Amino acid sequence: MNRLRQIFTAFVAVAALAAPAMMATPAEARLSITLGSPVVEPMPFALPTFVDEGGAGDLAAQISQVVASDLAGTGLFEQIPTTAYIQHITSFGAPVSYPDWQAINAQALVTGAVQASGGQVVVKFRLHDVFANAEFGDGLQFVGTTDSWRRMAHKVADAVYSRITGETGYFDSRVVFVSESGPKNQRQKRLAVMDYDGANTSYLTDSSSIVLAPRFSPTGDRILFTSYSSGFPQIYLMDVGSLAIRGLGEQPGTMTFAPRFSPDGRTVVFSLERGGNTDIYSLDTGSGQLSQLTNSPAIETAPSFSPDGSQIVFESDRSGTQQIYVMPARGGEPTRISGGAGRYGTPVWSPRGDYIAFTKQNQGRFHIGVMLKDGTEEKLLTASYLDEGPTWSPNGRVIMFTRQDAGGEPALYSVDVSGRNLRKVPTSGAASDPAWSPLLP
Amino acid sequence: MAYTAKAMLLLAVLGLAACNNPDRYGAGGPGGAGANGAGGIGTEGLGGPSDPNSVAYFNQTIGDRVLFLVDQSTLSPEAQTILAQQAQWLQSHADYAIIVEGHADEQGTREYNLALGARRASAVQNYLISQGVAAHRMRTISYGKERPVEVCPSEACFSKNRRAVTVLSMGAGA
Repeated sequence: MNRLRQIFTAFVAVAALAAPAMMATPAEARLSITLGSPVVEPMPFALPTFVDEGGAGDLAAQISQVVASDLAGTGLFEQIPTTAYIQHITSFGAPVSYPDWQAINAQALVTGAVQASGGQVVVKFRLHDVFANAEFGDGLQFVGTTDSWRRMAHKVADAVYSRITGETGYFDSRVVFVSESGPKNQRQKRLAVMDYDGANTSYLTDSSSIVLAPRFSPTGDRILFTSYSSGFPQIYLMDVGSLAIRGLGEQPGTMTFAPRFSPDGRTVVFSLERGGNTDIYSLDTGSGQLSQLTNSPAIETAPSFSPDGSQIVFESDRSGTQQIYVMPARGGEPTRISGGAGRYGTPVWSPRGDYIAFTKQNQGRFHIGVMLKDGTEEKLLTASYLDEGPTWSPNGRVIMFTRQDAGGEPALYSVDVSGRNLRKVPTSGAASDPAWSPLLP
Repeated sequence: MAYTAKAMLLLAVLGLAACNNPDRYGAGGPGGAGANGAGGIGTEGLGGPSDPNSVAYFNQTIGDRVLFLVDQSTLSPEAQTILAQQAQWLQSHADYAIIVEGHADEQGTREYNLALGARRASAVQNYLISQGVAAHRMRTISYGKERPVEVCPSEACFSKNRRAVTVLSMGAGA
């Protein structure tokens, strides 16, 4: 069993902890952040290093650090430095002295404990609404293998995020991307996968052939990508557990690329080029049946399903320049939705169904933007020499993309769907074409 | 089948003629060739650019590539002149197989540029066919923006990267 499989299949059990007997259930929760509101003042939180309840060693500090980093990394929360803390939490079960945390203006307090033995780790946490003098939701306990400790930390952070924002989190997720090395005219590319925050990178292919634009299946256990391994660009499907690869929809004399799964994971839509003309096709992965969805002399590419599977958004230059269109999932008359100045490409439907993210080129600059599915409310989130290829976080609140500055190396960046909190995602070298996994089970 | 034989022959040729064309690159050609991959052939030992029967003559004296305007795949009059000469040469050198590579500059999204590169390669292929080159000798491939020849963030490089290159390898007509 390889390491990757362990990461994907590591069993993380979760259980609610009984509230301490004297703890009052807060009548109304006041700890709340509304996502999508125009101005967000980061919520100050305190997160004392989780208590070592035996055998945890460095893990207690490491897990605490990852939880705090996940929360602060959203830009919605701001950690109060541990040096400011008045109460020192030395026991997970001991009562919390809320006035001590109110005094340093901590709105939220996360306390936790870690126990490790025999390759197994138990992580417990409680979230406190400091100014309500009460716990906010039940304490939770996660049990997993030692090497899945980061996943357990992400699950703690997801639970905290979810309670405060009322939406699912995105920290316990992975990102598949293309790792790049060597000079740009002889670039070497390999598929790699990492935690959403850049940790735990593993390589899925060697660099013997060019690979492009990987995408996860809806359950995260398979990856579609384009490779030149046959000498010509073709789409392939990789099983993440075994790393086994098979070709899909091979048609002699054609190029296939830009593959993406349907939400039920049964269909793959992609571009197929024949004789210089590129159209969109769909392939039923069970029956192998191939259907042509567009039929025009223009370039049709970058198809992406709506989350309910009923529609496909894609780009076409049938009007003379790249623009974004929506059509029924089985093909049919497309409706153009992009209308502003410039060229629009790489549309990706948000998992929430509300927005479509895209790459826009205008007057020599590249932007990542979002618009509603009817093309209204277009909003540009970024601008640079070259930004492209957005991918959504599992909860549809964050977008990751490739940025390359003029003459520079490509790197991965993330930005809030509101346009705030632009951050570089740490990778060990040049990186491009990120695709976010669903939230892990 | 014939394809495998072709690929093996290509490897043999590469073995004896070290590649000295700086534009060639490793892309894992049909034969899985390594660093000098996708159909590239060197000039050493096959005659210099002044030998009209040499690949160097084709590559350098006639010119193995044509350039395109931004987001275009239309062949300019200059490009047509080069391709007409290529076609003439290819008809009198029927042993060569041809791969037409289409490329784009980095000012475009990755997948669109793949499709654009394919359009450019196809435009060249169709022109060569119209000039009498047998279709069965040719294949196209697009590299999109994956294989620039010039690397800089300005039009000086972009204009050279928006290209279609006619790449020869031995063993076509057989």
